[in-house]
Amino acid sequence: MNDASLATQAHGGLLRFITCGSVDDGKSSLLGRLLYDAGMVPDDQLAALVRDSGASGSVPTGAIDFALLTDGLDAERQQGITIDVAYRYFHTPKRAFIVADCPGHEQYTRNMATGASTASLAVVLVDARKGLLPQTRRHTYLCALMGIRQVILAVNKMDLVAFSAQAYGAIVEEYVSLANSMGITQVDALPVVAIDGDNIGSSSSRMPWYIGPPLLRLLETATLPAPDSTAFRMPVQWVSRPDQRTRGYAGTVASGSLSIGDELAALPGKRTARVTGILVAGDPQPAARAGQAITVTIDREIDISRGDVLAAVETPCEVSSHFACHVVWMGEDALLPHRTYLLQMGTSTVNARVTSIKHKVDVDTQAQLAATRLELNEVAYCNLETDAPLAFEPFETNRTLGGFILIDRATNATVACGMIHFGLRRSANVQWQHLDVDKRLRSTAKGQRPLCVWLTGLSGSGKSTIANLVERKLADSGFHTYLLDGDNVRHGLNSDLGFTPEARVENIRRLAEVAHLMADAGLIVLVCAISPFRNERQFARERFAEGEFIEVFVDASLDACEARDPKGLYKKARAGDIKNFTGIDSPYEAPEQADVHLITDRTAPLELADSLYEVVETRIRAP
Amino acid sequence: MPNRFPADTDHLDALEAEGIHIIREVAASFRHPVMLYSIGKDSTVLLHLMRKAFAPARPPIPLLHVDTTWKFAEMIAFRDRVAAQDDVRMHVHINEDGLRQGISPLTHGATVHTDIMKTEALKQALTAFGFDAALGGARRDEEKSRAKERVFSFRTAQHRWDPRNQRPELWNVYNTQVHKGESVRVFPLSNWTELDVWQYIRRERIEVVPLYFARMRPTVARDGALIMVDDDRFMLREGEVVVERMVRFRTLGDYPLTGAIKSSAQTLDDIIDEMQVSRTSERQGRVIDHDPGASMERKKQEGYF
Repeated sequence: MNDASLATQAHGGLLRFITCGSVDDGKSSLLGRLLYDAGMVPDDQLAALVRDSGASGSVPTGAIDFALLTDGLDAERQQGITIDVAYRYFHTPKRAFIVADCPGHEQYTRNMATGASTASLAVVLVDARKGLLPQTRRHTYLCALMGIRQVILAVNKMDLVAFSAQAYGAIVEEYVSLANSMGITQVDALPVVAIDGDNIGSSSSRMPWYIGPPLLRLLETATLPAPDSTAFRMPVQWVSRPDQRTRGYAGTVASGSLSIGDELAALPGKRTARVTGILVAGDPQPAARAGQAITVTIDREIDISRGDVLAAVETPCEVSSHFACHVVWMGEDALLPHRTYLLQMGTSTVNARVTSIKHKVDVDTQAQLAATRLELNEVAYCNLETDAPLAFEPFETNRTLGGFILIDRATNATVACGMIHFGLRRSANVQWQHLDVDKRLRSTAKGQRPLCVWLTGLSGSGKSTIANLVERKLADSGFHTYLLDGDNVRHGLNSDLGFTPEARVENIRRLAEVAHLMADAGLIVLVCAISPFRNERQFARERFAEGEFIEVFVDASLDACEARDPKGLYKKARAGDIKNFTGIDSPYEAPEQADVHLITDRTAPLELADSLYEVVETRIRAP
Repeated sequence: MPNRFPADTDHLDALEAEGIHIIREVAASFRHPVMLYSIGKDSTVLLHLMRKAFAPARPPIPLLHVDTTWKFAEMIAFRDRVAAQDDVRMHVHINEDGLRQGISPLTHGATVHTDIMKTEALKQALTAFGFDAALGGARRDEEKSRAKERVFSFRTAQHRWDPRNQRPELWNVYNTQVHKGESVRVFPLSNWTELDVWQYIRRERIEVVPLYFARMRPTVARDGALIMVDDDRFMLREGEVVVERMVRFRTLGDYPLTGAIKSSAQTLDDIIDEMQVSRTSERQGRVIDHDPGASMERKKQEGYF
């Protein structure tokens, strides 16, 4: 390759796209053929392909089954299952391409979202015989949801409709109006026969009525996405300290541009500073622009850390902790409102919970449905709250500052992606009121250190009995206490909650918040609640300062609890009169590392209460 | 945003920026990250990116070379020069058990040798140092099971990869959460192709091991590959003769397992020209890849990088 052609390639840039369409629509064939026509199949792989094509019997002897080119793993070939997104690379003299090859199986929504997240264009395949299918609508909706605004519609298997220009025209017309209704403004269409290569790498002589370019040419000339927004934004990734005096703030420019001398705001917060130096990929430069990995130095010492966003002072982005957003659920376990998840956006990581599901979206019809939880591959419009303010922009104008993932805190699995549409005013209007009397003053007056003792275990395991004995002993010793009993709270504060997993999550959240207020009042608070989920107990623990929370596992076998049955609830549950009963038809996730483990099967409550009292007493003695 | 580049931004710039972003995420999110350094062109590019990511500070991430004791002598000389540079901290790990057993690619075969001296050795080192993230130079275009792998690829505490249970990866937001003992393999060059790597090496004038350039070298034709006789441990089989041939290497590994290609490409320009007309894939010279019972996918599940 000479320098001239190198320059051309550089000029054409890099296009990331996704292919959609069910397996039967010929997606694998199209992609395989595209790679072949671009000259990207090396001889040794082509030889293997010819051999495999013969063995598979999927095509006539001597012909090449291009679909086999993109089938990846041994496990996929052997078991006929498709494992997630694959990325493929090819280039022409004009441009480099990365294509996300998404499987068309049941896990479609999650895979499509993953593939589409880095793409700016989608190639949507439609079978000319079948026309638009529910899947076409589904794929197009998901692409639009993930911010793709440019589609190439490939009407495939034209040979099976006698290359009819009329059939083609009808499909294109119907599709364009569908895409437009979803906000996809640019649609290019072309007729193809993927297996024969018509209109893939070169124009087909079999459809002279189509005068547009072949697919490869369309991909080479597709518009690359414009920069997200024009205002400068950079999430701070890393604070660099090359020597004692210098601090550099490193990150990737999400949008806009930056020059030496510009004034920046560090968000959230009100700190500002002026740029004194810029390194682009390690080299000093007078300016930087979107997409570049840079390091910035500034003219004064202000506190900036990872997760902050540097923004142009005259056009800062919004800051909020309440958001309206779309969420695509990818977790095997359902999303439960009020459960806390880790949220990662840009370079920030915070705790977040969905406070309400406004509606879920039927991905096939886009109908809005009521929902109290979200299952795998469901999409919903939600309100979300974070435990710290985030600098953000709507996803529509800035993917980096408006697109987030949620992580399950127990399993560390990535369970959702989300797109912020706007910040809810609530967070801007509710502010912390400063109080003169604080927790330290209140607890000092009581001569104790506040503590939350959280007792978890099955119904009938002995939580209330033990807590009652411990509180009595604490009170006798002159400590100021309160016992929050799960059942009692359900008569008042939580009387609106049932026993579904969703309601249990909210029940525990409220108990934890009340216990937290009581600790703030300086009290020793004992909480007795089944609290069956690890996630929510972890949430409760995190509401408290280090050392102010102990988790007590009141452990009895289900058999023992059922034999005791102090409230007759097991009998009712077994009879089917109570639904969602923990241990019977609702799970209990035992603590893995409780601070105190009390086994109540054989030891008397009084003895266990004494041992718990000892632990508590050492923690709460005033210094 | 890094995944959508304006039309006037060079393709290599885009890949470079993405690589730097990924390396910085690793430094910021893990307690004990390491960079796997295998001396080849991809590792060399990775080290170059790491320096750019943290300039003018020294890279905060150390290097680890897993030495099978069968690398080309020129590779080891190159490694030692890199390790001596001021801003580099490099650990070298050898599976001493394997060494004592006398494991050799010549007598034990490619599969056993790779399992013990490479995969096992790597796991030993990661566990011993307690690394929770390991950067590597693997690219998705190398091999079909790599094409399916995440940029941040989760490993269990036993270093196993489960292709069926990978974390979805969206935008450039990478889930870096791990429990104690678990780790993540991170591939900043995932989206690079072999041609990208060479064009970048040329643009940035990065020095690479001379074995990539064609020279007259003593070689033996064995099992369809040209094996270079690199030291006196090499044993000629009956009928084999050592012939000086004009060859170079597209990929570097253990010398008895790495096939040379006939070539006259003596400069970076020559190499890039040669690649434009090449009709074979990069790993075609890797003897280890031709063992059907030891697919890359299986090796990776067991902890191979």
